[in-house]
Amino acid sequence: MQSWTQRLANPTRFMQVSGTLLPWVAAAAAALIAYGLYLVFFVAPPDYQQGETVKIMYIHVPSAWLALMTYGLIAISSFGLLVFRHPLADVSAKAAAPIGAAFTLLALITGSLWGKPMWGTYWVWDARLTSVLILFFLYLGLMALRSSLDDEGTAAKLTAVLALVGTAILPIIKFSVEWWNTLHQPSTNFTSTVDPSMRWPLLIMAVGFTLLFIAMHLAAMRNEVLRRRVKALRLQEAASRDGLPAHASAAE
Amino acid sequence: MDLGPHAVFIWASYAAVTVTIGGLIAWIVYDGANQRAALAELEDRGVRRRGGKPTGTSL
Repeated sequence: MQSWTQRLANPTRFMQVSGTLLPWVAAAAAALIAYGLYLVFFVAPPDYQQGETVKIMYIHVPSAWLALMTYGLIAISSFGLLVFRHPLADVSAKAAAPIGAAFTLLALITGSLWGKPMWGTYWVWDARLTSVLILFFLYLGLMALRSSLDDEGTAAKLTAVLALVGTAILPIIKFSVEWWNTLHQPSTNFTSTVDPSMRWPLLIMAVGFTLLFIAMHLAAMRNEVLRRRVKALRLQEAASRDGLPAHASAAE
Repeated sequence: MDLGPHAVFIWASYAAVTVTIGGLIAWIVYDGANQRAALAELEDRGVRRRGGKPTGTSL
């Protein structure tokens, strides 16, 4: 008997399930982010130290969270490809990389724009900022490596290996503020140290951003499945035109 | 809405998020439309997946 993950591993089944889920997830993300923005700009008070600049935190923290979570998802997908040869694992890893890169870039930009008025500088080479910059370059490296190789199977495996090696950066980012003396503040304990008037808008924005990521990832995965079908059909068409089996044409 | 002396940094942050996420969504929608159009073109030429199932978006 197949598990639900095995059933979902079938691309046709995935297209059916994701097609049903996608509009609901996208709508929930839009609603939560809209409500979150209302709370941020019309309800949440200024911070006693940061003033109104705290509003940057409501987009910086979710972006930083998604930068790490997306890389974790790529690592799990890469593991699924290399160990279990899951049919959708590589599709998931490939679709997630540009989205993760975008959120990492946003974490860096919003962090810099917060840092200038609060720290007096856009950038310092401290452990947290530098390790997140390395994560951004790692995302770019994954995309560059994949696009530099013509053979899709080889590109998938090499990219998966690089992604798994790159997971070493995740604990460094997470614990950098504890292991080293950084300008970046330590992790915030949301249940005790953040006032509810700020905690709830932040949590709502974080959930909204996460749902937005899921919607974009599902849509990008669907695009990738379609792209591979187009490629397979073109090879099939070329093979039938030349009187060759499809795999012979693909190998040319 | 008075965002204080650092309003420019706040607006710049939200603008960066809007432009980046908006661009990402536009790229995904555009890419999806391209793939669906390519599949429809192949179907019009009579190219079908093995087993004869249609190749459209309801796969």
